[in-house]
Parts: sequence; C-alpha cells; structure tokens
Amino acid sequence: MYAQMIKTARSGVKSREEMTDQERAFQDKVDRDIKIEPQDWMPDDYRATLIRQMGQHAHSEVVGQLPEGNWITRAPTLERKAILLAKVQDEAGHGLYLYSAAETLGESRDELVRLLHEGRMKYSSIFNYPTLNWADIGAVGWLVDGAAIVNQVALQRTSYGPYSRAMIRICKEESFHARQGYHAIMKMAFGSPEQKKMAQDAVNRLWFPAIMMFGPNDSESTHSEQSMAWKIKVKSNDELRQQFVDQTIPQIEYLGLELPDPGIKWNEERGHYDFSDPDWSEFFDVIKGNGPCNVDRLKDRVKAWDDGAWVRDGLMAHAEKKRARKVAAE
Amino acid sequence: MTVDKEMLAQFLLRMGDNTLVLGHRVSEWCGHAPILEEDIALANTALDLIGQTQLWLGHAADVMGEGKSADDLAFLRDVWDFRNVLLLELPNGDFGQTLMRQFLFDAFQSILLPRLMKSTDAEVAAIAAKASKEAAYHVERSADTVVGLGDGTEESHARMQAALEYLWPYVGEMFASDEVDAAMAAAGIAPDPATLRDEYDALVGKVLAEATLSIPSDGFAHKGGRSGKMHTEHLGHMLTQMQWLQRAYPGNTW
Repeated sequence: MYAQMIKTARSGVKSREEMTDQERAFQDKVDRDIKIEPQDWMPDDYRATLIRQMGQHAHSEVVGQLPEGNWITRAPTLERKAILLAKVQDEAGHGLYLYSAAETLGESRDELVRLLHEGRMKYSSIFNYPTLNWADIGAVGWLVDGAAIVNQVALQRTSYGPYSRAMIRICKEESFHARQGYHAIMKMAFGSPEQKKMAQDAVNRLWFPAIMMFGPNDSESTHSEQSMAWKIKVKSNDELRQQFVDQTIPQIEYLGLELPDPGIKWNEERGHYDFSDPDWSEFFDVIKGNGPCNVDRLKDRVKAWDDGAWVRDGLMAHAEKKRARKVAAE
Repeated sequence: MTVDKEMLAQFLLRMGDNTLVLGHRVSEWCGHAPILEEDIALANTALDLIGQTQLWLGHAADVMGEGKSADDLAFLRDVWDFRNVLLLELPNGDFGQTLMRQFLFDAFQSILLPRLMKSTDAEVAAIAAKASKEAAYHVERSADTVVGLGDGTEESHARMQAALEYLWPYVGEMFASDEVDAAMAAAGIAPDPATLRDEYDALVGKVLAEATLSIPSDGFAHKGGRSGKMHTEHLGHMLTQMQWLQRAYPGNTW
C-alpha cells in the first residue's frame, strides 16, 4: 500500500473530445482492461503519476524494514525471529521489484532514492509510528500488512502491466505475513495478563494509523479522478477503508480484545461497520514530516546510504577492473 | 562406540551457539545495508543461521535430556554457558568487517559441514546435509564480496585490510581442539578441527590473495569462547537484548 496522496500529474480528466488520437487509443485500451506495457505509448502524466506511486510504494517497503528491525534482536523465540527475518527479507524484495518496475518507466532507482533522501518523495505514513512492544510486530503483520493487502489486491487489476504483476506476487507474500502476524498476536491475546496488555496496547495505538493508510476521505481526496480513469487507482480510499474495517473487527473480537474505537458499531442498514474518523490533523502532520518517527527514519536511511558509499564504490571499481582485465586478456 | 553425552552436548552447543550468535549479529543490520540487495542477502543469511540454530540446539537439548527446548538454551543461559567462538560475538563494525567475519566463518563451515554429513550421529549428519548447502552459497557470496571490496578502491581496500587485521587473531580458536573434539573424533561424530586447518588456509589464502589483502604474520590466537572459559565483554550486551522478553516475562509462550 503504501502509496498515499499520490498527486496525479494533471488536474481534471480530459474528455474524449479533448484527447488526441493517441490518447484516445490509450484510454480505449485501459477501458478494455488491456495492460499497458513499458514499450507502449502512454501519456506523460500517466507515466509521471505511476513513477510517483510505485516509487512511494517501493520506499515504504524499504523504510518499513526499520520498525520491524527494531524488534528482530529482541524476538522472544527462535521461530519468531526466523519468521520476522523472513518477513523483512520479503519486504526488501518487494522494494526491489517495485524499483525495477519503476525503472521500466525510465526512472532509475538511484534517482528515486535521491528524491526520498532529499525529502522530495514520501513513504507510507504508517512507518512513522514506533514499534514499542513485541505485540506491535504481530499487529504490524496483521493490521498494516492486512491494510496493504486490501489495497494491493485491488491494484492487481491496475492498468500498468509490470505494476500489476508485481502486486500479484507481493500479495501472496503479504497474505502470509498477515496470517503470521495474527498468529503472533493471538498467542499474546490468549497468553498471560501482561501479554494481553501488550496486545491491547498495540491494537489501541496502531488502529487509527492503520486506517489512515488508505489516505484521506474521498471528499478530500483531490487527485483521484484521473488516476481512477487511468486505472492506476482501482477503488476509492473510503471503499478500501470500509473493506478493511469490516474484515478486521471480527478478528479483534475473536482475540477478546477491546475495540480500539468506541464509535465502532454494526450498521444493519448499510451492512457495514460504522467507525470514527481518524484525527486527520494528525495524518497531515505525519505526512508533513511531524510524525513520531519521521526524522529518525529518514536519518537512518540516509546514514545507511552514506555509510555504504564506500562499499558501492568499491564493488563498482572492482567490476570495472575485472572488465578491463577481461578485455586485456582477449 | 558410545560417546559421553556431556561431551556430545558440548559439541552441539558449539555448533548451535556459533550460528545463533552470528545470526543475531547479522540480523542487527536490518534496514541499514549499503544497498537493497545487501539488505536482502543479510536477512537471508541471518535466517539460514537461525534455522540451523534451531536444529543444532534442538539436538543439544535432546541429548542433554533435561526436558529443555532449543529456545530454553538460546534464551535462558548466561554468558558462561555459551560455547561460540569469540570471532562471532565481536561487534559488526562496518559492512566490510561484517563480511570479512562472515567469510572467515563461512570458509570454516564450508569445510566442516560436508565432513559432518558422514557423522556416525544420524541427526548430526542430517543437520549438516541441510546446513552445508547453505554454507556453500554463503561462502560463495562472502568470498565474492571480500574480493570485490579488497580489490576495489583504495578506501575499500584499506577498510578490508583493517578488518582482516582486527579479526585474524580470532581465527585460530576455530581450530584449537580439546578433549571434546578428541571424543567426537574418536566416536566418528565430527573431525578434529585441527585437521581442517590446512584446507582452510588454502581456501582463505586463495581468496584473500585475489582480494589483494595480506594475512597478518603474527599467529597469535585469542581463545575462551568455545570452552566457555572467557568470552569478550560484547556477548553479555548481546544477551541483554536477545533474552530480554524471556527474562522479563518468564514462563510465557510466544
């Protein structure tokens, strides 16, 4: 998921009359659910919007390693440690697919990383929250990956071929994470009073940040219309959020935990759960860089990149030497 | 030939503590590698090592026969009970030091594990069969990286040479055999590690030469990890993190 508030590189949707022949042919393909591939013609704004969305998604996978890494060295059993290592390895792998998918649009990974480090690109707001107790790791798998899956299952039908295929593969791994996360928190919810307290604390803290992952309410979401027409975005923020809430509340109840929002109530008429709106001012603070961990997360990533410069340079220099020696030998 | 259970347990703890301690150290890198591919490789290596730990310590717990689990051994022993070599508990340092340490250990494992596949202890042979496949690609990767960085830029070369000089005095301990090794060799469970040294020196010498790095001439070797007589100060700090939840909330299941 992990892509929020993606500004479509154009305001308003062009009518068919306003489109050029090329644009019309492109839109027809999208409308008929024919995937757009890297070699196909596409509007510049479509390309730019996708780069932004896929780049933000990739950055989220990479930064998302940090809150989980925070507990790898404190995982309580060998099995939990192995599961968490496998998960972060998957996340880094997702980052790699997504950067590669963005490269098919002509944007290099180095450039996207540079934009992230300069604060000119974002990653999902959720990773600016801390992981404070071990149950947070279960909750991240269950709620955060769970929310990501809701969004990404929809994105499997997105119009850009490489992105759609990446989503199909990523969803399989994310489903695994969500189940393992739920299993970890289940152990705690049904465990000792202290463990149950940790589980409740995690759900209370992460509930609203998780439902914020879908982005602002549709009425406030200014960039969606063109993205929907291009099928870069397939369902609206509120539709996806409702789907997540509906699937998650019975899971919280099964754990015997208190619901994290007094506004949660089954609405017979709508056939959905009602729930309170998150504090959107907090969301916009986090997006602007004022979340609890924004500064530390970015500092960590920039430091890792800067500290690693000599490694990248060294390996590149060696590859060049090897190439030169091979040429000399021929 | 029957083998003394306590000796066998010591041998298994040495195997399991090596992979546990190194797996933990490597996992400390999570999200901080020089490039995304290395984040994936480090997590993957740590995962393999923790997987091997479950098997080695699981077998150790069975042999000890006190009803303990691999987790009990990992999370509820104190420093003096750990039997890993000192090399593996040393701090990560920079990426070069981490990969040099990895190579020095991978080279050892890549020679030891195929021999353990012929162990008279069926469980040891089975664990080695799985672990040796992993060790084979670990050593391929760490050797490649050591060569790439040793023979890279002036800076990467200097950092790798410094890493080698820091770590080399800890290499000898892997081969310092004692009565446990003698008992394992006599029972056909494991070779005496001293007999692996020539092969190790040949492999390591070849890779380090390709990396344009010079092996320190001083043959001094720190000891005390595999016997448990004297660990470094670093291990205790590692355990305070690793064992914290199990210690703070004893008896809970996770």
